[in-house]
Amino acid sequence: MKLKGKVWKYGDDINTDVIFPGKYTYTISDPEEMAKHSLEDLDPAFASGVSKGDIIVAGKNFGCGSSREQAATCLKYAGVGAVVAKSFSRIFFRNAINAGLPLIQSADAPDNIKPGEVITIDFEKGKLTCEQGVFTFPPLPEEVMGILQSGGLIPYTRKLLGTE
Amino acid sequence: MGFTFAEKILAKKSGRDKAAAGEIVTVTPDRILSHDNAAAISRIFQKLGRNKVVNPDKIVIILDHCVPAANEKYALNHKEIREFVTEQGIKGFYDVGTGICHQVLPERGYAFPGLLILGSDSHTTTYGAFGAFATGIGRSEAAVLWATDHLWLRVPETYRIEVEGTFPRWVSAKDLILYIIGELGADGALYKAVEFCGPTIEKMSIAGRMVLCNMAVEMGAKIGYVPPDEKTFHWLGPRVRENYEVITSDPDAAYERVIHYKVSNLLPQIACPHQVDNVKAVYEVSGTKIHQALIGTCTNGRMDDLEVAASVLKGKRIAPGVRLLVFPASLEVYREAWVKGDLLQLAEAGAIIMNPGCGPCLGAHEGVLAPGEVCLSTANRNFRGRMGCRDASIYLASPATVAASALKGHITDVQSL
Repeated sequence: MKLKGKVWKYGDDINTDVIFPGKYTYTISDPEEMAKHSLEDLDPAFASGVSKGDIIVAGKNFGCGSSREQAATCLKYAGVGAVVAKSFSRIFFRNAINAGLPLIQSADAPDNIKPGEVITIDFEKGKLTCEQGVFTFPPLPEEVMGILQSGGLIPYTRKLLGTE
Repeated sequence: MGFTFAEKILAKKSGRDKAAAGEIVTVTPDRILSHDNAAAISRIFQKLGRNKVVNPDKIVIILDHCVPAANEKYALNHKEIREFVTEQGIKGFYDVGTGICHQVLPERGYAFPGLLILGSDSHTTTYGAFGAFATGIGRSEAAVLWATDHLWLRVPETYRIEVEGTFPRWVSAKDLILYIIGELGADGALYKAVEFCGPTIEKMSIAGRMVLCNMAVEMGAKIGYVPPDEKTFHWLGPRVRENYEVITSDPDAAYERVIHYKVSNLLPQIACPHQVDNVKAVYEVSGTKIHQALIGTCTNGRMDDLEVAASVLKGKRIAPGVRLLVFPASLEVYREAWVKGDLLQLAEAGAIIMNPGCGPCLGAHEGVLAPGEVCLSTANRNFRGRMGCRDASIYLASPATVAASALKGHITDVQSL
């Protein structure tokens, strides 16, 4: 799996309240509608400006706070191809994989990537290429990769249950 | 070398002889918790192609996030859940008014030592106060658990936090956990199990231990945990009918870090906008005008909290221009505070006594903020937009600090009263 996309760059500790505000958690259930509110309280220009395949690059602890799955779903349906961060909050990590949204954890890459530049990610080789150079990242654990490769937890589980 | 609590309990729940930090295991939980998001979970469950949940007796659903319903959408959401629990024969269902899930679950005997509790809510970590391994998961994962009874978990490394000393007057567990989060940072315990122990924790009330475990997730922790003791067993006594196994870390367990704190000189602490780890001593921001004060939530809506607030406000009157909202964490707490007179004292001081539930903590209803307003809350999160408005500010502190500040109309060091 290879990915090429334009970068939206953010800082540390981006929490799920600014990714998808709590006031919508029980009033919006359509994922396309969720996408329209993605990053609403962090960057009001994001939802209208994001294109399919764009990549979010951020600092440490991306997705901290509430367990709300819509924080991953809204980014997925907004067209985000992957999120690159120095570290991820654990529930967001799970939710993103379960939604089929790839995550790349890299301590060094984020500081070397500029907003708006185009980067490429090669998941098989574990390589991220940006203007500043090439950064490597470790593969996801096998169990986790299996979910991602099935397109998320729901298709993965249907396969397991034989209810495809 | 011995094993940590996290390693021992995850080995047991995955049917293995042993498990080591860093390994991925497939576990079978003892409880699967959800709340108002159970409607969304039931819709995902239906996509899995199964008609019946595997084990209805493991499922606990408590309506708390927007109760009573604020509008038709919330009302429909609740209705969908009621119909689902009836159809599936789920007995562990608690309707509007019972209280916040993280209070009701222990009160009704669902949380005790040695259990693995997975909940579609980040503050599921609270049950570590009773010696359970309890952590948050997503909605899809809850649906998959309903259908399969299995989920993968990574065995976390463990931090041991040892606390000694006696709290100064008006200083409590909330000040301690805010101080720790301020020191370690919002990712200071990311993916880790955090054990709280030492003489201060041994002396601490169950409510205080719940505050620590509740907010452990605000520094990224997978679980908070307090080793169960006589106080735990006494609290659980009338509530739990089953026998339970106490699981604790071995004396020679391998901790990734051991951190020591002393509380004897700890000052009242406050988390400033818009990050939980932006922590200062209250005196550093005293004088900041507040428009709303909130006492409640899964962090601080218990008897201990209402009692201390009532003791600050008894016979006095809150400042003009401040709205003080009080949300008892559960019906049980509400009744006790009613009978003991704390609610009357708070109401006479000018508080609005609200129904048990999450209130405006997540910005859905019952006291959301307007642009430019400042709220001082006993809750656990102060992120931008959290209480319904992007341009409002939220500070987090103890019930004593919130009560003292409501009295003065601005952020106030309770020790200066």
